[in-house]
Amino acid sequence: MNIPADLKFTTNDEWVRVEGTTGTIGISDFAQDQLSDIVFVEIVVAEGETHAKGDSCATLESVKAAADVYLPVGGKVLAVNDALPDKPELVNSDPYGEAWMVKIEITDPSELGGLLDAAGYQKHVEEKE
Amino acid sequence: MTEPLLCDLSVPGRIGMRYPEPDVPLAELPVLLRQDLPLPELSEVDVVRHFTHLSKLNYNIDQGMYPLGSCTMKYNPKINEDTARLPGFALSHPLQPIETIQGNLLLMYELQKWLGEIGGFAGMTLQPAAGAQGELTGVLIIRAYFKSRGETKRTKILIPDSAHGTNPATSAMSGMQVVELKSDERGNVNLEALKSHCDETLAGLMLTNPNTLGLFDENVIEVCRLVHEAGGLVYGDGANMNALLGIVRPGDLGIDVMHYNLHKTFSTPHGGGGPGSGPVGVAAHLVDFLPYPVVDIIEEGDEDMPPLYGFVQPKQSIGRVKSFHGQFGMMVRAYTYIRMLGPEGLRRVAEHAVLNANYLMHLLKDYYHLAYDRPCMHEFVVEGQWDDAPEIHALDISKRMMDYNLHPPTNYFPLIVHEALMIEPTETESKQTLDKFVEVMREIAREAHETPEVLKSAPHITPVGRLDEVKAAKELVLCCGVESIAD
Repeated sequence: MNIPADLKFTTNDEWVRVEGTTGTIGISDFAQDQLSDIVFVEIVVAEGETHAKGDSCATLESVKAAADVYLPVGGKVLAVNDALPDKPELVNSDPYGEAWMVKIEITDPSELGGLLDAAGYQKHVEEKE
Repeated sequence: MTEPLLCDLSVPGRIGMRYPEPDVPLAELPVLLRQDLPLPELSEVDVVRHFTHLSKLNYNIDQGMYPLGSCTMKYNPKINEDTARLPGFALSHPLQPIETIQGNLLLMYELQKWLGEIGGFAGMTLQPAAGAQGELTGVLIIRAYFKSRGETKRTKILIPDSAHGTNPATSAMSGMQVVELKSDERGNVNLEALKSHCDETLAGLMLTNPNTLGLFDENVIEVCRLVHEAGGLVYGDGANMNALLGIVRPGDLGIDVMHYNLHKTFSTPHGGGGPGSGPVGVAAHLVDFLPYPVVDIIEEGDEDMPPLYGFVQPKQSIGRVKSFHGQFGMMVRAYTYIRMLGPEGLRRVAEHAVLNANYLMHLLKDYYHLAYDRPCMHEFVVEGQWDDAPEIHALDISKRMMDYNLHPPTNYFPLIVHEALMIEPTETESKQTLDKFVEVMREIAREAHETPEVLKSAPHITPVGRLDEVKAAKELVLCCGVESIAD
C-alpha cells in the first residue's frame, strides 16, 4: 500500500498535497484498490468556484461501486484535471500523480489541522482492512 | 455473440406468411413516414428458433436456484399466470366505464385491504410501478404531510449506510437533504448517531428491516420512537417483507409509510419477466395524501345488490404517480398468491424463508467468513475473500458458481461489507436443493485455495466466458445493426 509521507489524508480516503497556499487533491492508493477498476470520472466543480471543506468535488464509478470525492479543505478552485474523465484508469495506475483531480487556493490553512498524516492514515487503513 | 441479431438473420424478401389476393378494392396507404427503417425480414421458423435459442442462453428461476440477495427470487407459481389470463382481467381496458369492470375493482379493493392488513397500514395505493417509485411516492407523501402542517423546515432524511441506493436517490429526487447514518457493530442503526440528528429539520428516516445484511434491526422500536419524538416520520423499505409476513406488522412497529415489492414478496415476475409493482401503505395520519385514485366503495350494497366500486380522490392527494391504475396484471398475480396461501400459508413463507437462510448460513460459516455472526432473517452476507487465498475476490466466486449451474448471489452489496456476497435462498427451495448449494459452495472454497486459477478464469461452461467489465462500462455499444438509420 503506497502512502506518500508528504501528503495529508482524510478518513474518507482523499489526499491533499500542500504547496504554499495551493492544495492538490485526489484519492488514495487504498481507495482505488478498494474501488477496483475505475471506469468513469466526473469532476463536479469548475475553475473559479469557491467551495467549502466537505463539498463533493468529483464522482467516481468503478465496476463495483460509485463514490463521491469530497474536498479535504475549502477554497477557490484554481484548476481541475480535464484529462482525467477521458482516462479514468489513471486513478488506478497513478492515484498520487496524473490522477490528481482538483487544485484549490486554500482559504483557511487551519482546516488542514484536522487531517491525518501518512502514519495516521496508515493506521486508519489497517483498521479498515 | 452466440446468437446473431434478427437484423443479421434477415434476408431481403423473406416473409412469415403470404396473403391471398384481396377480393375487395385496395385502399392506397399514405407514404409511410419511416420507409427507411431497416426492419428484419424473416420467416416464422427463423423467428421461433431465434427466440428459442435466446431463451436457452438465459438463466431463470424455472431452471434452477437463484439466490440473488435482496431480490427475493422465489418461484412464481403458474396459477398466477392462469388467473392473469382470464379474459375478464386480460381483455379489460382502464378507460372502460366502472360498471363494466367491477370485478377488477373488487380485486384492487381487496388487495388494498389485504396488503394493509399484512403490513398494519390504514391506507394503500397500488399505483407505483416498482419499489423505487414506491419510495418516491412515500417520500412525496412525507413531504406533503409536513407542508400541510406548515413545517417546511423539515427536509432532512436519515438513511442507514446499509440501505439500498434507491433510498438516497428517491429522497434527493423529492428535494430532500440526505444524511447517512452509520451502522453499529451488530449491524443495527446506531442510536447515538441517530440522536445527534434528531432536531427540528428532521423529516424522517428510511429503514429497511430486516436490513440488507439480512438482520432484524434490534433497535427498531427505539429508532421509531426517537424519530417520532423529534417530529419526524419513519419510512419502511419493504423490500425484505418476505421475512416478516404474518409474523411482524411494520405498522405496529411504528413505520408510517412503506412500500411492498409485489415482484419480490408476492411472487409476481421479477426482472426481465416483470413489470414490477410497488404498492405503498400508510398510517392513518397519511391516508389523505395518497396518490389519486384509490379504489373504494362508492355506493353501499344491500341484500340484492353488491356494492359499487369506483375510484376516489384522497383529500390532500399528492396526485397521480402512474398512468391509469398501476400494473394491474401484477395485482391479479399477487392477489392469487395471497388467496392460494391464506394467512397461515403466508406466515409459513416467512418461517421457511428465514429457516432456509439460517440453514445455509450455518452450513457455510466454517467455509466463508460471516460479516455479522448472529442469526439472520431471510438472507445473509458472507465475505468472498480469504487471507490465505489473496488473489480470489467475490467476483471470482460468483463467476465460478455459474459453472455449477447456479445463479450467483448479489455481490459487492451492501457496500459496508468487503467483497460482499449476499445470499437469499427464499422459501421455495427444498432441503435437497439447499444441500446441493452448500456442497457447491464448499467445493468452490476448496478450489479457491487449491486451484485458484480455475476461479480466476471462470465461467468455463457458459455460452460466453469471463466478460471484460471495464470495457463493457467504458465502450458502450447502444445500437446494433441500425447504423443505416443514422446515415
